[in-house]
Amino acid sequence: MHMADALISPVVGGAMLAASAGVAGYAIKKVQNELDEQKIPLMGVMGAFVFAAQMINFAIPATGSSGHLAGGLLLAVLLGPYAGFLTMASILIIQALFFADGGLLALGCNIFNLGFYASFIAYPLVYKQIVGKDYSSSKIIVGSILAAVVALQLGAFSVVLQTLFSGKTALPFGTFALLMQPIHLAIGVVEGLITAAVIGFLWKYRPEILEKTAAGDALGAISIRKVLVGFAIAAVLIGGVFSWFASENPDGLEWSIYHTSGVEELEAPEGIHQILAAVQSRIAFLPDYGFKNEEQETMEDAAGKGETWPAVEPGASVSGLVGGMMTMLLAGLTGFGIHIVKRRKRN
Amino acid sequence: MSSITGSFYNIRLLDELAEKKTMIHGIHPLIKILTTFVYLVITVSFHRYEISGLLPLVFYPVIVITLADIPVVPLLKRMMIAAPFIIVMGAFNPLFDTNPVLITSRLQISGGWISFVSILIKGILTILAAFLLISTTGMTRIASALRSLKIPRVFIMQLLLTYRYIAVLVEEVSRTVRAYSSRSPGEKGIKFAAWGSLTGQLLLRSMERAQRIYQSMCCRGFSGEYHVGENKRISLGDMAYFLGWSLFFIIVRYVNITAMMGSLITGA
Amino acid sequence: MSHHMIEIKNLKYKYPDGHQALKGVNLRILHGESVGIVGANGAGKSTLLMHLVGVLFPSEGEIRIGDVPVIKRTLPMIRQRVGMVFQDPDDQLFMTTVYDDVAFGPRNYKLPETEVDKLVKYALETVGILHLMNRPPYKLSGGEKRAAAIAAVLAMKPDILVMDEPTSALDPKSRRRLIELLRSFSHTKIIAAHDLDMVLDLCERTIVIKDGEVMADGPTLEIFKDEEMLDNCGLEKPLTMQNCPLCGMGNMSITPLT
Repeated sequence: MHMADALISPVVGGAMLAASAGVAGYAIKKVQNELDEQKIPLMGVMGAFVFAAQMINFAIPATGSSGHLAGGLLLAVLLGPYAGFLTMASILIIQALFFADGGLLALGCNIFNLGFYASFIAYPLVYKQIVGKDYSSSKIIVGSILAAVVALQLGAFSVVLQTLFSGKTALPFGTFALLMQPIHLAIGVVEGLITAAVIGFLWKYRPEILEKTAAGDALGAISIRKVLVGFAIAAVLIGGVFSWFASENPDGLEWSIYHTSGVEELEAPEGIHQILAAVQSRIAFLPDYGFKNEEQETMEDAAGKGETWPAVEPGASVSGLVGGMMTMLLAGLTGFGIHIVKRRKRN
Repeated sequence: MSSITGSFYNIRLLDELAEKKTMIHGIHPLIKILTTFVYLVITVSFHRYEISGLLPLVFYPVIVITLADIPVVPLLKRMMIAAPFIIVMGAFNPLFDTNPVLITSRLQISGGWISFVSILIKGILTILAAFLLISTTGMTRIASALRSLKIPRVFIMQLLLTYRYIAVLVEEVSRTVRAYSSRSPGEKGIKFAAWGSLTGQLLLRSMERAQRIYQSMCCRGFSGEYHVGENKRISLGDMAYFLGWSLFFIIVRYVNITAMMGSLITGA
Repeated sequence: MSHHMIEIKNLKYKYPDGHQALKGVNLRILHGESVGIVGANGAGKSTLLMHLVGVLFPSEGEIRIGDVPVIKRTLPMIRQRVGMVFQDPDDQLFMTTVYDDVAFGPRNYKLPETEVDKLVKYALETVGILHLMNRPPYKLSGGEKRAAAIAAVLAMKPDILVMDEPTSALDPKSRRRLIELLRSFSHTKIIAAHDLDMVLDLCERTIVIKDGEVMADGPTLEIFKDEEMLDNCGLEKPLTMQNCPLCGMGNMSITPLT
């Protein structure tokens, strides 16, 4: 599941971008240290492979529905966690740009949700522990399914948290989590089965490919812990800095997820509003303050119910509607105008 | 399986658009990336109940689309494909948020509907912004801009390779799937018994291809280093483009232009 | 100019899986020669070519390009001198635009960008696709892709061109154009192919390989006249040298049609 720009707040998007960039930076260092230049084209082609393979419909036995591959775990198994993570990141960048799958601001969320957990949690802590060094088909199946389920549960839970912290949807935490986790349990099982099928095939026909990555990993086995610790520190730092920043600067931009509640929102542009109100009362016929009063009443009601209250100002709503239409009209006219000017120039 | 080739045509179209030579296409890629990000941050920073304040942001896509000669219909079509997730997520709002909001003293709407519309508008604007970035810049120039942001070469190289080989592998995968489905009529997807062998064969072929690509790189002197051509410098015009838009976005963020215009008319 | 001479002595190669692909090949190719390498699938043609550019190294024996042995240490020099055109242009055009792809080699040799630009344009001009400079490779036709792959090699200014199946998957017109293009090059050319008519058109000398050994080596026309040997090696006479079953005209093209 791809997180979308429209559903996140700048803080969540920014923090996740920073976290993903941090992990990617570390992973790049690791890949460069391996000094295996052959891996670069392999990563590139594997990325394209997963991109294309994501579109294959796999018929799920006895259900009549079909599933798809996400590929994060498969990439980690084939390329090792660092290269796997980077490859997944490339796929997501291309999807964000060309398909608006997710979006550019949500890129950090998506890289994290779909790449990080698979590469740095599910693969080393689940898959490798179960499958180990001597492969068997039952180990591959159990390891892949469990790892994929863990990766997708964590990913889905991240989506829930990111959505919650962003405060764009009204979905209550519990409902959303109850919706997401079971769906992703099923998706995870399918992902695990597809991954297991592919790894099982490789193990049967080209075992040396799997042995090679497993051997390469031995090098990086300890440093996974470093990644996790590093990430934890980064998360605390980022969270701390942002919260501090948010509390220091409760200005128009919603720097903090904790401050999306309407109060700051309403007060922040006050200065401008006052000037505007003054301007309005001079040029307008009917300064309509009645609405404002009603708005305040509803605000109190809402506060009583413990709900954060909208920044919508009903008083401004009528003018909002009219103004909205005018804005769209004007935007259309601008576009049309540029179009005409350009055509004239061409002729 | 139409989605496989469909996705490839999508890339093709955006690539073609990126080859145009308009004023927008000529702007430094880094400037366009930065402008896009400022736009995105400003757009999503609006409160969930905000609608009117958001609207002036529509000027950005409208102006860029016309200046860059981007055809609107395919762009909208692509947006429809990307939108469902946002719509579904947004559609929960009217269900869970039923606090009434007054439009006029008689007309009431629940807050959920307002935030739903707000999410939809944000969705449209953010999706448009991403499409406009790629369709006026192209992957190659985006990669060179990333390079000037000091993103390591290894990453950019494999990003570009992934992008390059999507065309080749999408073709290969759809050929394989076509061959499969032509011999298994009535099946909805690849049957369980073939999951491993079909995907595994494709994987092995891809790995062999990677091997050959590596060889051909070596034959032309590849030694792990990857060189991109020099980027052109950021001009004053580029800077003006970035500052101009940023200023506009920030004004829109702090001043509800829509409401102001409305007030002038209605006197509210 | 003896320094462009290719000398292969007792070349043996065994793949990691144990398959003995080359079983002692001895060859000497002189400067400016055009040599066709023919043989059935799996005869060892590609393996032989890979040794010329140092992608593979012999299990036994030795290869010298001029005075330089092909070993790890000399690879930068060897690869500048010997350009290899791969069978599938998609493997060779790995950058996102034709220009960047052709520039890949020169840039690896750290030439200044103005010099790179000159080389790229020279190479694209030579193969006649300068106008396709900014295209992504997937938008090229088969013939254009092949031309771009050749340009990518030409930009390295090699003395020796090694080509694996240059005419495979080309339509007849593109194939003809490519043959004319290759004919116009003065490089030493080594072409592995199943397209024997092309070999007949382009190469004055042909080497037949079977099971990792040289079965015949001599003037192309003589080689292709030896039907028994060709048959024995899984080949048959080029079409232009076969009897025409329709018009009944036989063996008319003792001199190759061009």
